[in-house]
Amino acid sequence: MGRVARFTPHRAATHIASNGEKAAGWTMTGIAFLLNGTPVRVEGEGPTRTLLDFLRETRGLCGTKEGCNEGDCGACTVMVTDDKGSRALNACILFLPQLHGKAVRTVEGLSGPKGEMHPVQEAMVTHHGSQCGFCTPGFVVSMAVAQMNGRRDHDDVLAGNLCRCTGYAPIIRAAEAAAAAPVPDWMQADRKALASFAADAGQDDTAFRPSNSDDLADWYLAHPDATLIAGATDVGLWVTKQLRDLALVAFLNGVSDLQQIERQGGMLHVGAGVTIAALRTAVQDRLPSFAELLRRYASEQVRNAATIGGNIANGSPIGDGPPALIALGATLHLRRGDDLRSIPLESFFLDYRKQDRRPGEFVAGISFPEQAPGLRCYKISKRFDQDISAVCGCFNVTVDAGRITAARIAFGGMAGIPKRAAHVEQALIGQPWSEATIAVALPAFAQDFTPLTDMRASAAYRLETAANLLRRYVHDLNGSPVSVLEVAP
Amino acid sequence: MTMGKPLPHDAAPLHVTGQARYIDDIPLPGTALHLAFGLSTIAHGEIASMDLSAVRAAPGVVTVLSAEDFAEMPDCSPSVHDEPLLSTGMVHYLGQPIFLVAADSHLAARRAARLAKVTYRERPALLTVDDALAANSRFEQGPVIWTKGDPAAAIAKAPHSIEGTFEVGGQEHFYLEGQVAACLPQEGGDVTILSSTQHPTEIQHKVAHALHLPMSSVRVEVRRMGGGFGGKESQGNALAIACAVVATRTGRPCKMRYDRDDDMMITGKRHDLRIVYRAGFDDAGRVTGIEFTHLFRCGWAQDLSLPVADRAMLHADNCYHLPDIRIESHRLKTHTQSATAFRGFGGPQGMVGVERVMDHIAHTLGKDPLAVRRANFYRAAEVAGPVQTTPYHMAVEDFIGHDLVAELERSSDFQKRRAEIAAWNATSPILKRGIALTPVKFGISFTLTHLNQAGALVHVYQDGSIQLNHGGTEMGQGLFQKVAQVVAGVFGVDAGAVKITATDTGKVPNTSATAASSGSDLNGMAAKAAAETIRARLATFLAEKHQTQPDSVRFADGLVHVAGEAYDFARVAGWAYQARVSLSSTGFYATPKIVWDRMRGTGRPFLYFAYGAAVTEVVIDTLTGENRILRADLLHDTGTSLNPALDIGQVEGAYVQGAGWLTTEELVWDAKGRLTTHAPSTYKIPACSDRPRIFNVALWGRANREETVGKSKAVGEPPFMLGISALMALSDAVSACGDGTIYPALDAPATAERVLAAVKRVRGHA
Repeated sequence: MGRVARFTPHRAATHIASNGEKAAGWTMTGIAFLLNGTPVRVEGEGPTRTLLDFLRETRGLCGTKEGCNEGDCGACTVMVTDDKGSRALNACILFLPQLHGKAVRTVEGLSGPKGEMHPVQEAMVTHHGSQCGFCTPGFVVSMAVAQMNGRRDHDDVLAGNLCRCTGYAPIIRAAEAAAAAPVPDWMQADRKALASFAADAGQDDTAFRPSNSDDLADWYLAHPDATLIAGATDVGLWVTKQLRDLALVAFLNGVSDLQQIERQGGMLHVGAGVTIAALRTAVQDRLPSFAELLRRYASEQVRNAATIGGNIANGSPIGDGPPALIALGATLHLRRGDDLRSIPLESFFLDYRKQDRRPGEFVAGISFPEQAPGLRCYKISKRFDQDISAVCGCFNVTVDAGRITAARIAFGGMAGIPKRAAHVEQALIGQPWSEATIAVALPAFAQDFTPLTDMRASAAYRLETAANLLRRYVHDLNGSPVSVLEVAP
Repeated sequence: MTMGKPLPHDAAPLHVTGQARYIDDIPLPGTALHLAFGLSTIAHGEIASMDLSAVRAAPGVVTVLSAEDFAEMPDCSPSVHDEPLLSTGMVHYLGQPIFLVAADSHLAARRAARLAKVTYRERPALLTVDDALAANSRFEQGPVIWTKGDPAAAIAKAPHSIEGTFEVGGQEHFYLEGQVAACLPQEGGDVTILSSTQHPTEIQHKVAHALHLPMSSVRVEVRRMGGGFGGKESQGNALAIACAVVATRTGRPCKMRYDRDDDMMITGKRHDLRIVYRAGFDDAGRVTGIEFTHLFRCGWAQDLSLPVADRAMLHADNCYHLPDIRIESHRLKTHTQSATAFRGFGGPQGMVGVERVMDHIAHTLGKDPLAVRRANFYRAAEVAGPVQTTPYHMAVEDFIGHDLVAELERSSDFQKRRAEIAAWNATSPILKRGIALTPVKFGISFTLTHLNQAGALVHVYQDGSIQLNHGGTEMGQGLFQKVAQVVAGVFGVDAGAVKITATDTGKVPNTSATAASSGSDLNGMAAKAAAETIRARLATFLAEKHQTQPDSVRFADGLVHVAGEAYDFARVAGWAYQARVSLSSTGFYATPKIVWDRMRGTGRPFLYFAYGAAVTEVVIDTLTGENRILRADLLHDTGTSLNPALDIGQVEGAYVQGAGWLTTEELVWDAKGRLTTHAPSTYKIPACSDRPRIFNVALWGRANREETVGKSKAVGEPPFMLGISALMALSDAVSACGDGTIYPALDAPATAERVLAAVKRVRGHA
């Protein structure tokens, strides 16, 4: 594999020594951010202190609620603004160092300076959008962010906010009613205030926060046992649920050179730090099926935090990014110090939770074709939105003159790793594109996969459905409706 | 008139601005301790050893308690004293609290609770209905059996018969606010408890018992819960007792809240069950004889399982007159969480059984399921004929199902859509649609008759402001606003003029749980009585002053009208105060007419029935079993609604929750008895996009024939069962995949996996 400029070290010869706390290239600046418009400097908190606990326990801002403490219910949703804009995030799995230089707005900060309600707050009252009220602050924040950003896809925006009382209909009515209202002036305040705020940061020693990938590479080489935290949507749960102590951590959200997306020669080069939300936008037009899969990737709040690098690096067998990327023939770029190597994505996943990653090596980025007309991604889960796949099947078959010339088929949820259906592919390649070919290929699924039974699905269901997804794929390419999501009432 | 206005929830402005306070938001003194339970890691066995030294040594830990620290272990059970706060040696389910940590922070307590070294002598665990049946592990001596007529003979001579087995899953409450309580120690050993509970008096009773105090020394307060759904009727006891015990021992305030995963591992859920049925019927589908066996998996402790299972029996008929019927109900004891109250309280489980039978009969005869349902309806209240009684011998006097269903059939365009769906299915090989209409008849009153009472306390202050208190609790249903509207109506003022206050056992004693949908029926009447007492005093006082009759004094529009004059309510209050008229009163209500013999299964357990019906349309994918609700049309009977906006909110929310129970919400235990779906990442309640695309909700607003508050009807639970139509619509869609010879027999929850299995079954591939 060739070296990709985007992920190659910026400096060729000069190696900056990085041996511990005072290495050059980065400084330990204190954690400072705007909280409801007021500058806050965090002192005496550990690097894995969550924003939610800080708000509730340290600041007494109890409007933001803890519903699940794992980023699945949205009761803790806050608005975070930086130079890229404003977005909704789950405060329960957001560590304070991730907020450095940004602006946080909680439900208490949504009302105007004279106490006037935000249009979404008014609409929620008028349309009876709250019952017990516990999920309401999270909904209101999600809705206010969406209203400001001009989003009208309410079901997607609110998929990460669970309500057990209302059945959602009145909340959607409120969101629709508030959509057309002018965005209140005070909602713009954070963006303006940030311009003069970010420079004013003090000193402290909580965690490593590099600003570029060279510094990250040096430091990680010196500290290969450290935990790298990008969006914290997975590591967050190590802290809040497994109660793990993370001895040494680095926060990557300041590594701006890994947050770039570049189009070049028909390929997309995506930095590891690109969020799922940004990736979804990037593939919307030319890889619509991938984009649809990413629409159902967790929730708005999680997509705004989670990165594609994290999704790959954690090696989960049920992550939704890898099957699609493997089907696309993606190349993974790994960096260790100044060494960059590029491998086919599928070869990164060796075994359950075991990856081809050397100590001190990190995922720098991924490259894949920017279009693939034959790509279809299918996610089977108990719930359509904000759920983890029981089976995620991604198909990319090329048919030339009625004959299958290439096939890349990859699955999540079917093995200990995201895995290609090699036998199925072999059964297809060179054959005519026909029902008969498919019928012959179906038994090969049992050669490729021995899935497990767990709380999401039984082994038998997984195997049967995986094969049926190939049948769906044929109908899909033929233009038949294949998804219940396409059926209008 | 204030009653009947579609006012927003009283706390809505507080909810949306984040100002509404829940227990965990209330500031406690810095000396407060935070508690966490250490949980068992096996389902059944003895604790062989428990080394808590690492727990005690953990940072921030102040005290650690286990069985040896108690001369007498406090009990948490709402029924039969079978729930020790901490294990006293035996472990009965995986997740049972076995020790208690108090630390200076919530996180420190949680971390320390993971550090125990516990060994067990494991015993075989009874996890399933079959395990429990084989071991004859049950509550009560044997099954409860009610028989009316001679069903076996009726089935034997019926022209047609069916039999079947139906597995119905449980349901996690998933109140967004987890269980939480706090205790503030008071002078002289008294305690004040803050608890997220539907049943403050039960908390008071259990804490008093644990501390060996009279109930008068324990005060329990709850302003609101972040959702309850039955999950906070008894499941909050352990937290309140734990806080009270540690607060008393240390003299420090204590707070305990369960982390979500702990909450789901520790607390009970809706009962799952197996329903075995056998029915005989005629060519029209009219049931001539029917037998149900309910096999309830109750978990390790009795909790409320007996009345839950009773209520399932009481709803085994739903809207159908079943003259010859036998219901056999087993309450099985297993080594799992103790199943508890959940919206409907067994009613949904009973009702879904007979709806399944109706569906099965229609399939067998190749008839429209709605026609079969209608053929079995109770006679309409206004149609003459001999009295029809329920399986428990209660005369059905108020049946409105015929008219209500006819109206819904019309408004939902049911028959036309049914035909369109059949045509669509004929051209769609992979995706299939289905539609179903199911009715609801739900009995209103606590089946434990003495619980059907309520108290209220109303104060009018000398400035005319009004303060309201009653025994009901607010969990989001809008009870406080409804009762405030009732009181405001009595005084002729705006609802906003009535200050709503936290439920407080020091203000209104001996309250019943806010449960059984009874909140506004009971507390509305009690508050009305209190307010009317004060109004009568004011009227008497003013009438004397104006030399007129008290009943000529009118309270309306914030004014008091007397002898051609109109005074501000506030002025009247001030005058009355100066004239030494009492401006405070209690009010009390006890539901009339009800009488119930639980053991024999006869009487009139309910004052009235609440009705409703729903049409649901779904689509399924025959390759994956994926399914989706496309449209729902609901028509629900609220009598003369006290607040139509809040009632519609209850109906909409209940439907989605009911549909969730029967579709995506799946509880999974592994072979060792570990609940593997213990967080929202694995347990899937409906999300925003799961609501029906088209969602039409209307109220059937005709007055209750009984003398309820404002002629309204209870609304909390009944519409939950409108969700049954979703399961029946899925069954209809699956049916469309076969040739009609094999019944889908779709179990619940109808996950994609179960739907796919049913599709294969009707195609003869299973």
